[in-house]
Amino acid sequence: MLLYALKRLLGAIPTLLLVITLAFLMVHAAPGGPFDDERVLPPETRAALEAAYNLDQPLHRQFLNYLAGVVTGDLGPSYHYRDYSVAELIGNAFPVSLQLGSMAILLAVLAGVAAGTYAALHRNTLLDRIVMGLALTGISIPVFVIAPVLVLLFAVKLQWLPAGWSGNDGAGRLILPVVSLALPQIAYIARLTRASMIDVLSSDFIRTARAQGLGTRAVIRYHALQPAMLPVLSYMGPAIAAILTGSVVVEEIFGIPGLGRFFVNGALNRDYTLVLGIVIFYAALVVLLNLLVDLLYGVIDPRIRRR
Amino acid sequence: MSLLEIDNLSVGYGGQTAVDGVSFAIGAGESVGLVGESGSGKSQTALAVLGLLPATAEVRGSVRFAGEEILGATESALDALRATRIAMVFQDPMQALNPYRSIGSQLGRILAHHGLAAGSAARERVIAMLERVGLPDAQRQYRAYPHELSGGMRQRVMIASALLCEPELLIADEPTTALDVTVQAQILDLLEVLRQDTALLLITHDLGVIAGRCERMVVLDKGRVVEQGATRDVFEAPAHEHTRALLEAARGDRDISLEPPAPETCLDVSGARVEYTVAGRQRLSAVRGVDMDVRAGENVAIVGESGSGKSSFARGLLGLVPLREGRVRFRGAELPRDLDDRPRGQRAALQLVFQDAAASLNPQMRVADLVAEPLGIHRKNLDGDARRARVAAMLEKVGLGIEHLDRYPHELSGGQAQRVAIARALMLEPDVLVCDEAVAALDGTVRERILELLRRQQREGGFTIIFITHDLTVAREISHRVIVMYLGETVEQAATDDLFASPAHPYTKALLRAAPAPDPANPGGKTSVSGETPSPLQPPSGCAFHPRCPHARERCRDEAPQLREVGRSLVRCHFAEEL
Amino acid sequence: MSRGIKVCGGILLGIVVVALLGPMLSPHSYDQVNFDAQLMAPTTSDGHLFGTDDLGRDLFVRSMLGVQVTILVAVVASIVSLVIGVVYGAIAGYAGGRVDALMMRFVDTLYALPFIFFVILLMVAFERNFLLIFVAIGAINWLDMARIVRGQTLSLREREFVEAARLMGASPARVLFRHIAPNLVGVVVVYVTLTIPQAILVESFLSFLGLGIQEPQTSLGSLVYAGVAQMEGASHMLLIPATLLATILLLFNFLGDALRDAFDARGGV
Repeated sequence: MLLYALKRLLGAIPTLLLVITLAFLMVHAAPGGPFDDERVLPPETRAALEAAYNLDQPLHRQFLNYLAGVVTGDLGPSYHYRDYSVAELIGNAFPVSLQLGSMAILLAVLAGVAAGTYAALHRNTLLDRIVMGLALTGISIPVFVIAPVLVLLFAVKLQWLPAGWSGNDGAGRLILPVVSLALPQIAYIARLTRASMIDVLSSDFIRTARAQGLGTRAVIRYHALQPAMLPVLSYMGPAIAAILTGSVVVEEIFGIPGLGRFFVNGALNRDYTLVLGIVIFYAALVVLLNLLVDLLYGVIDPRIRRR
Repeated sequence: MSLLEIDNLSVGYGGQTAVDGVSFAIGAGESVGLVGESGSGKSQTALAVLGLLPATAEVRGSVRFAGEEILGATESALDALRATRIAMVFQDPMQALNPYRSIGSQLGRILAHHGLAAGSAARERVIAMLERVGLPDAQRQYRAYPHELSGGMRQRVMIASALLCEPELLIADEPTTALDVTVQAQILDLLEVLRQDTALLLITHDLGVIAGRCERMVVLDKGRVVEQGATRDVFEAPAHEHTRALLEAARGDRDISLEPPAPETCLDVSGARVEYTVAGRQRLSAVRGVDMDVRAGENVAIVGESGSGKSSFARGLLGLVPLREGRVRFRGAELPRDLDDRPRGQRAALQLVFQDAAASLNPQMRVADLVAEPLGIHRKNLDGDARRARVAAMLEKVGLGIEHLDRYPHELSGGQAQRVAIARALMLEPDVLVCDEAVAALDGTVRERILELLRRQQREGGFTIIFITHDLTVAREISHRVIVMYLGETVEQAATDDLFASPAHPYTKALLRAAPAPDPANPGGKTSVSGETPSPLQPPSGCAFHPRCPHARERCRDEAPQLREVGRSLVRCHFAEEL
Repeated sequence: MSRGIKVCGGILLGIVVVALLGPMLSPHSYDQVNFDAQLMAPTTSDGHLFGTDDLGRDLFVRSMLGVQVTILVAVVASIVSLVIGVVYGAIAGYAGGRVDALMMRFVDTLYALPFIFFVILLMVAFERNFLLIFVAIGAINWLDMARIVRGQTLSLREREFVEAARLMGASPARVLFRHIAPNLVGVVVVYVTLTIPQAILVESFLSFLGLGIQEPQTSLGSLVYAGVAQMEGASHMLLIPATLLATILLLFNFLGDALRDAFDARGGV
């Protein structure tokens, strides 16, 4: 198992290398330099600036330098926030995003699995149809629509919850962003859980368990839940990616100083090093979390575990 | 008062009746067989006894266990009965056990749930039960997952789970249908030994299984009880027409007439070897050097259990899996090993009828197009009318009418689908028709009709049939000659009558003894060999059969026997003459 | 076909027709600024059915334009992903063996990447190019399509009816076009239907961030973004495009579900 994990970890290196290369080339193939927007610079100042950022060197040298930096955790200086390095900016912003994202994932899994299981157990009843109708609606409403509508309703009209981040302490300011992020995922996981739970409940070993008199509760908990969770677990990779994507708009809407916000601002300010650094960081995060999901899959499914 | 009393039980689904007024009773400790073909309602009846019918089922009548009504009882009342007083063994042990939990955990859970034992006491009781059902090394296997066990072992675990709480009634629904015949005998013996005072309701399509094991029997047809009584009486003097039909089908047609084959060789396979690569790099030899020489118009049955390589051999000679070694000659000309390299004309000469007929028909095509497709490939010059006429004529030959022309495969019954598949194959006027378990998925009465169809078409068309089957009764009804395969090798080859009269190889003898016969006086179904076919990934040394052979000696372990003439047969055994 | 499919398809068609004809029939144009009519609520007078935005532009015409752009981008992106995915998946599935392993390894590698961020990177590097948006969105979605088509092809290739056709002497082309392709259609149709809302989501997401369609052109995502800024005073600017977007997504998702159920019920593969 440990060996397998190590092997998979090594297997992720080419992927990450591909990411870094692709992202690096994309940024450097872009027409126009980072200082084009500045007031017209005297040529010598411009040259000095470019030398300071190593932009005067040939592309492959720049790339190797950058790669060496990435390995040691140095993602270079930010073009826009001149006093900070990209690594510092990520280090400051990530904890906020992490808190938001992990809470959203947790909420999505708990609520999604509960709703999906409930619907599966009450298949084809009115309540099942209501839950599934809501879920279909849920996957159809983008985060950037849910978030402002929730703000409009709960912050502007009802004034129950704060709409912004700064100036509001405590857990209250987390509720709307987390719920906005989680809602589409709750809906998706509910649909997934219902389908896989129905599938599992119709299998022969569930009939055996019922014939053994285990009763619904024990049948679900002991026999059905584990296999029914496998598709949900497989979905965790895409879910994480979706939450990351969602966090970009949610942080924008609520004014949360997280990684997503830096990313968007970086993109709009053409802060190449920052955007490049964040893309690489996100990619590494997603690749590693996917790896973790794969390993967990092996833990749950004995047929994979013992291979 | 009987232990179980079923009185006028009816089960329906949205107006469709599955069980129609069934009544019978089982006394304490009694064994009763419930027989019927698919759709007869036998499984529905069993599920009703345990209160396991789906919520959509409309149930009427009465099912009383020890005097208490089961229909309409609360789930908690039923849960108290299940496992502790009424237990059930299902057909397919791979599907019926939870693949995600170790077997020890699953069995322990039953005890814990019913408050019979917990912790180490439960563990000990489970291990003791696993030992009783003959699971080797039960201490260690306690932690095993179902997929790590063989089919026979899984069914033993299933029986252990059913008998764990010492129920008063055991319902076994086709408990051996998914198993090989030599394993079937072991499992049925085990059930008989272990059940002791427990009453048994044995549900099966196989009259042979009932003949030797049940005191009384109930015959179902289309949801109704058509006959019931003491097993011996029913077999000796079946009162109902359907029972007679079932019995006839089970005994097989002994008075078949096969045309004698022509003297010239039609198909000649030598040294056939089929290998697969599994799990990336392991090499699995499914067929290890098999020869076969078939004369024109001669029918050869290839008989074997799962893992014998009989289907791989068929696929190899057809080119679906290119042979690794060996060659196939048809009318003297060597055929390329890979089907894709064979010229179109040669391909038409060898046709295959599959076990799962419906799967061999493109789901998007209608019967008319399915049967016409060979013409579209080989007779492109035929016009539409001529084509339709030939399709209609062929359908009539196989016993289908023009009303079937517009059906899709999923709208056909199993027997009808097989007829369409046969019609399609015969459209090409093949010289050799390979039938791979072509009747294995069909009910007994349907099976007999399909076999009769094949024989009749053969008389008219004069082709050769190579019939792959696990069922000796079927082999006897269709073949001039039988080849018995075990673990990728021929172990015996003989004229059909000789093989049944005087089998020479210990494995052939075991197969014949293990096959249940529909005859209470001589029911067959005897355990004659232990264990199961080993994995072809690691075939045993010496004679491949020696680990299971009751006559194995030192020499069998060390030296692989050759196929040699013994009397009029070819036998692969060192000691064939002495046995 | 079930009633659900017909109703959904009908409504979607209706929306497209209104989106195409509406702007022509309206007295206003999408980029006509009017500082006398800023942030007007929906009204039937003046023809400002959906009211106006912060620059006094007519929101009905702008919304219909947004619907046009959103659906156009989504359909084109879906076709891009359909073509790449089907060709790639069919080749991998039909070739099988080592070719398949290699091709799918590549897909798996790409699959693990957070693609949307690459698209954003692309948008930053190469300005906001309409064509690029199609390509980028198509490039994200073909992976799923390739996987599904490949899996189906692979399993169809092993199916007994395909073996039967080969035994009959059918040529590879006949096997592919008469036996494999017709059994792929169902799953491809369902999947394309489900790809369209995915593409809409990506496009509107990019536009929302200001990285997609550029002013004065617009899409539903851009309109929602503009609405967020004005939601306290003029909530119609948020609610109208948001509702339109959610409705279109819902209809496509529902249609996809219904089509899948229909194909499943027919016992297709």
